[in-house]
Amino acid sequence: MTIELLVFYVFAALLAFAGLRVITARNPVHAALFLVLAFFTAAAIWMLLRAEFLAIALVLVYVGAVMVLFLFVVMMLDINLDRLREGFWRYLPLGAAVGVLVVFEMALVVVAKYYASGTLPMPADPGPGYSNTKALGRLLYTDYVYPFELAAVLLLVAIVAAIALTMRRRKDTKYQDPARQAAVKRRDRVRLVSMPAEKKE
Amino acid sequence: MSASDLPILLPAYGEILLLVLASAILLVDLFLPERLRGLTHWLSLATLAACFVLTVQVVRATGGQAAYTFGGMFVADLMANVLKLVVYAAVAAVLVYSRRYLAERGMLRGEFFVLALFATLGMAVMISANHMLALYLGLELMSLCVYSMVALNRDSATSTEAAMKYFVLGALASGLLLYGMSMLYGATGTLDLTQMAQVIAVGQVNGVVLVFGLVFVVAGLSFKLGVVPFHMWIPDVYHGAPNAMTLFISTAPKLAAFAMAVRMLVNGLIDLAGDWQQMLVVMAVLSMALGNFAAIAQTNIKRMLAYSTISHMGFMLLGLLAGVVGGNRFSAPDAYSAAMFYTVVYVLMSLGSFGMVLALSRAGFEAEELDDYRGLNQRDPWLAFLMLLLMFALAGVPPTVGFYAKLAVIDAVIKAGQIWLAVVAVLLSLVGAFYYLRVVKLMYFDEPRDAGPIAPGRDVRWLLSANGLAMLVLGVMPGSLMALCLVAVQGLYPLAR
Repeated sequence: MTIELLVFYVFAALLAFAGLRVITARNPVHAALFLVLAFFTAAAIWMLLRAEFLAIALVLVYVGAVMVLFLFVVMMLDINLDRLREGFWRYLPLGAAVGVLVVFEMALVVVAKYYASGTLPMPADPGPGYSNTKALGRLLYTDYVYPFELAAVLLLVAIVAAIALTMRRRKDTKYQDPARQAAVKRRDRVRLVSMPAEKKE
Repeated sequence: MSASDLPILLPAYGEILLLVLASAILLVDLFLPERLRGLTHWLSLATLAACFVLTVQVVRATGGQAAYTFGGMFVADLMANVLKLVVYAAVAAVLVYSRRYLAERGMLRGEFFVLALFATLGMAVMISANHMLALYLGLELMSLCVYSMVALNRDSATSTEAAMKYFVLGALASGLLLYGMSMLYGATGTLDLTQMAQVIAVGQVNGVVLVFGLVFVVAGLSFKLGVVPFHMWIPDVYHGAPNAMTLFISTAPKLAAFAMAVRMLVNGLIDLAGDWQQMLVVMAVLSMALGNFAAIAQTNIKRMLAYSTISHMGFMLLGLLAGVVGGNRFSAPDAYSAAMFYTVVYVLMSLGSFGMVLALSRAGFEAEELDDYRGLNQRDPWLAFLMLLLMFALAGVPPTVGFYAKLAVIDAVIKAGQIWLAVVAVLLSLVGAFYYLRVVKLMYFDEPRDAGPIAPGRDVRWLLSANGLAMLVLGVMPGSLMALCLVAVQGLYPLAR
């Protein structure tokens, strides 16, 4: 067993553990933190596959931005855990039966020799001076420019939809108008009042 | 990089124009005062008309041949262009039908039109996808727009609940689809559907992994089509969504879902037809049974039509599963064109019947209950007659096009040697006829209960008339549309000679 394989198994076990804890943790904040751990270990596995840029992007984007936002939301929501767990035992037998069946069937395929670790070798060392980021960028803006543009449209739609669903114009909202703030004159704000000086008694 | 490396944009002109104009409308609408909101409506209709004309020109320019671009990710074959034309027309009809309804409920906002146009773009992308990545992105583009359109009426708890259910289940289905796609990628090493078909045809691919991926892909597809056992969202979403959104969901996206099924199963995986046809048999029979029997018990016309959708999509699957017989593809064009014809006709029928629900609704009143249709003949004989034509078409009564669509599909099933399947389909359609004819009975033989005014605008009345009479005209002369579907399907990559 090479050292790379050993590292892989360690991270894979960690990833499976973290993923399991995400759905079993009682406290939602803990679940979110385990998700962070899952992202980190997944990034490490990608690193093993020589996908450095993707690994860094996963950490920066998902852990750095998405999960932090997620944690804020989880902390701000007032989740009643008892209500969420209502009916857990009632649905457990059916859910567990289906789940076990699916896992069994998937195991039959995935554990078969097609996906054994020997059949898919580690990617070859591309040599010094090879830039993962450059290769990815080149592909993204040439061969994959069509899906790339589509993803951009998707983000635009997400913005439009989010604004359409959440923005309400209220008449009584107090807001600042930067244009008026910038164009303000001194005489609008400051009034000089000349008062007679008072004498000290 | 020289100019010859750039992708040829001609086949995608329609989509590009749609994207540019939809973005322009988004900006224009922002600066329009409230009283000019109708302008957005007309601009959206003009956009769809322009895309329609441009797509016709693309067909002329390519001579109906399949044109690939963007590195083979985008295909504009005749099926794609025909389906896109129907989608543009269907979305335009949806906009016309729903304008007054939305205006009366304070939902006639620019976002509705922009989201509808972007959803149309997503459908066009799906229809033209020759690569799983493009297919998935088109699907998400469409779905995201539709989810938010369902939730657009924010003050209604049922709409929000419907949108939430739709969103969560849709995300689950997307997950299944993506997992299946990743398995197919693992087995074949490509996401390009043409290449995937070639790799599978060579035959050095692990069959177990392929079928494993196929199961998940079919599950994802059946959610989007709304067939049993992934149908649960349909009645709740159709019922909970505002009527205008129900009209939208029940029409154009069905064409996109059909195109997606054809792209995945026929373009990419036709060599696995023996496997996926069996899955489709089970889903088709269950959908027709559940859809038709459950629809009988409904008192709400939207729920009834929702269950009817399930049964119709099950019926459409019969066409898809009759294509390859014992590894032989000779009858495939007939079977797939029957399925395509069925889908197009279903969209026309659905447009008309939900359009009628919108036309009979008015401010503060939704014509959702079956009882609201009692005595419609006494209140407005012409609308009642149109509704009669639509219900006959949905039931498959002879002079209307619904009969011909069912006939073509059943013909394909019999040619494939599945007599028992044809018998089951006919029997279950007979069950379905009950609840469509019940609407006719309520309209013609019962006394009206609701005495409110029926005042659809003149444009709606004309369009509804055209829509209803199309059932009759197409039923008498189905030849040209059928021939168009046949030519379109024959141009598909695996069937082209």
